[in-house]
Amino acid sequence: MAPVAPSLPAVSLRGAVALSGRFPLLAGVDLEVAVGETVLVEGPNGAGKTSLLRVCAGLVPLASGTLTVLGLDPVRHRTAVRRRVGLLSHASHLYDDLTVRENIRFGVRAAGGDPARIDPACARWGLTGRLARTPAVKLSAGQRRRAALAVLTARWPEVWLLDEPHAGLDVAARALLDEAVAEASAAGVTILIASHEPGAAEDLAHRAVTVTGGRVTADRELRPASPVVDEGRATDGQPSDGQPSDGGARPGAGEGAGRPAGTDRPTADVASGAAPQGRVAHVA
Amino acid sequence: MWRDAALVAGKDLRIEARSRVALTQVAPFGIVALALFAFALGPDRATMARGAPGLFWVAVLFCTVLAVQRSVSVESADGARDGLRLSGLDPAGLFLGKSVAVGAQLVVLQAVLAVGVVLLYGARIQVPWMIVVSCALGTVGLAVTGTLYGALSSGLRVRETLLPLLLLPIVAPVLLAGTRIWQAAMTGGTPSDGSQWLRLLVLFDAVYVAVGVVLFGSIQETA
Repeated sequence: MAPVAPSLPAVSLRGAVALSGRFPLLAGVDLEVAVGETVLVEGPNGAGKTSLLRVCAGLVPLASGTLTVLGLDPVRHRTAVRRRVGLLSHASHLYDDLTVRENIRFGVRAAGGDPARIDPACARWGLTGRLARTPAVKLSAGQRRRAALAVLTARWPEVWLLDEPHAGLDVAARALLDEAVAEASAAGVTILIASHEPGAAEDLAHRAVTVTGGRVTADRELRPASPVVDEGRATDGQPSDGQPSDGGARPGAGEGAGRPAGTDRPTADVASGAAPQGRVAHVA
Repeated sequence: MWRDAALVAGKDLRIEARSRVALTQVAPFGIVALALFAFALGPDRATMARGAPGLFWVAVLFCTVLAVQRSVSVESADGARDGLRLSGLDPAGLFLGKSVAVGAQLVVLQAVLAVGVVLLYGARIQVPWMIVVSCALGTVGLAVTGTLYGALSSGLRVRETLLPLLLLPIVAPVLLAGTRIWQAAMTGGTPSDGSQWLRLLVLFDAVYVAVGVVLFGSIQETA
């Protein structure tokens, strides 16, 4: 499927309300995420961060409002959207009786990905040798997390939805994760990171939105997003070789795009059009 | 669709080959059920042989419930069901793949139970091809309905108890037709004796394959 034109938002929610029974998971979210943008979704426990990501993945239907992902309606184009979106959730989505490599292979083949990316992804996350042949049931929590990340990076979808991605990872794995996110961001992948540990993810993101009570209540720019070029790997979202990027470069590093301080933007500023093109907004 | 079906069936069968739940737990359960039926009927071999067709299919139905529950539980651990939904697999392919995997296990289970019926009940099969055809058609029907109703109950906390309640009444036509065909096969009946029941099985299979292919995606999303 052709990549979405950079002028269209990768994710667009308008008046999004999602329910679990009669309990509101999202209570009217307006949010646009530009192609290639990395957005940190902050908020306390139970604020709706995970629900927001699950809605974007098409796992939770909207009760009202609209959602488009990569320009498509996730309900009408369910299969097409899901093949282009990857969700790292609290669960690892692994089959206990399959080995690490078999799990990754199944995840990649199911999504129509390139099997040639499996081995580089295993290498990136240190899942090689005997560990690659180990059934998932024997993995530690951190190793399961690495395997789930290996599935994601082997698939290399166009939109990454990362729910508390640093949870359960040791220092080395966190560094690997940051490298992978930086590489994906540089390659034009759109990334939403839900975290209640802002410090761990702020350096990775272009923008931070705060979710409270199922609504987006604040939106602040962390650093400018690099423009997405409509050619080469920047638009097809493919990694160069599936290996970690050199030196763990952060998005924007070396481009004079360090995170500016004091760029918090209240909702009113956004509504008045102060936000950069291709992003914006939220409703309190 | 076929590629996705092959992928899912391969995955489920690989998991079964590793865990061997069907062979080490479900098949012995079926044999134990047959033995208990034999105890209940008493030592009269003629009575046991007469009841063999029905008891075989009742045992197959019980084993089907266990095989389907296993198929569902594989997808329940560690969010695998969400992972499967997110993978972008074609729902019809997913349905057919899981049905093929359950069906492959049922073929093995039926072979084991058929041997059990011959040994325990002294059943004598006069027309083997009718037995083979009824088992093949019955396997398709049980696998597709099991997969369909397994998906329907998969999102519920009470799925283990709800599944048999939903599934067993639905597969009653398979029990009825399979039993009648087996009776005809054991008494040396002509093909016409079992033909109407074979047609019933074909119709049952066709309806549920079509329903599953069309509705499995919606069921998976709403369950």
